[in-house]
Amino acid sequence: MHEMGIALQIIEIAAASIPAEMKPVQVETIRIRVGKMSAVIPENLNFCFEVASKDTDVEGATLCIDEVPVVARCKSCNHQWTLSGPAFRCESCQSGDIELISGQELDIVSIEIAT
Amino acid sequence: MEIQVVKKVLDANLTVANQNRDRFSRHCVFAINVMSSPGSGKTTLLEKTLTRLAPEFRAGVVVGDVSTTHDAERLARSGAPVVQVNTDEFGGDCHLAAHVVASAIDRFDLDQLDLLIIENVGNLVCPAEFDIGEDAKVVVLSVTEGEDKPVKYPLMFRVCDVAVLNKIDLLPYLDYDRNAAIDYIHQVHGGMPIFELSAKSEAGFEGWLDWLRNGIRRKIGG
Ligand SMILES: [Zn+2]
Repeated sequence: MHEMGIALQIIEIAAASIPAEMKPVQVETIRIRVGKMSAVIPENLNFCFEVASKDTDVEGATLCIDEVPVVARCKSCNHQWTLSGPAFRCESCQSGDIELISGQELDIVSIEIAT
Repeated sequence: MEIQVVKKVLDANLTVANQNRDRFSRHCVFAINVMSSPGSGKTTLLEKTLTRLAPEFRAGVVVGDVSTTHDAERLARSGAPVVQVNTDEFGGDCHLAAHVVASAIDRFDLDQLDLLIIENVGNLVCPAEFDIGEDAKVVVLSVTEGEDKPVKYPLMFRVCDVAVLNKIDLLPYLDYDRNAAIDYIHQVHGGMPIFELSAKSEAGFEGWLDWLRNGIRRKIGG
């Protein structure tokens, strides 16, 4: 389960984003964007985050996970659409020459600090 | 109060992966990352591959395994240098991260290698997420698995450059629809090259070996 490694990275990045002069402070929310194509299961990530964030600067924070849809663009006919299943064939011209515009994100967007 | 961060979670991994990539380029080593679910016949494939390429190229292997050394022992019989990494201590035991590969390649003399095969941990989910600095990603699938694996694990089939469909010697005995499997792969990754072969009988091996030869020659500039 690679969500543990990902949770540890999130904790490290989020903790490093707290301005030093504010510490210690309660981080309430860590907002992340997870593409639907990334191999991350939100429940696993939440669980790992909860376990791994104990005794860190972000203990008690909630992960707020925004799921990003998979959007593809056909390189043959330029058609762009949102995928609802794992079939990467152009729905307009059937070409398989597809580029992913979104859906593989795994980004930290912001942290929300109690004031 | 909200603080903007905007950072990729896997940035740290990507940084190390890029360092690995630079090292492979500097030493002219063609590095491939081979991934599959358990039981796909990946180790047999690599064993035969190493033996067949041994007269032409110098190869090394990094074997990622959760805890055993069985695969490493089998591959070492080919005469190629093998470095085993157990992933237990890396908090996940499901994939090789770039830093694990970095410490493994410290143990090779890269100037003595043309090809580095990185046998990832048997799993179609987690390894797809981690760039390790390889030149090409290979997914191995066998005809004893369901035809629909590609659509169940689309990220893996999206990120890989080529697919190997192994154990075709078993097709006469199985109720396996190879056209459906190939169609699923191409639904997920249009135009992806697929090598249908049997690692056991070595049927269909030439296409796969030629693909490797081309990659190595491009990298070593020969
Ligand atoms: Zn199209």
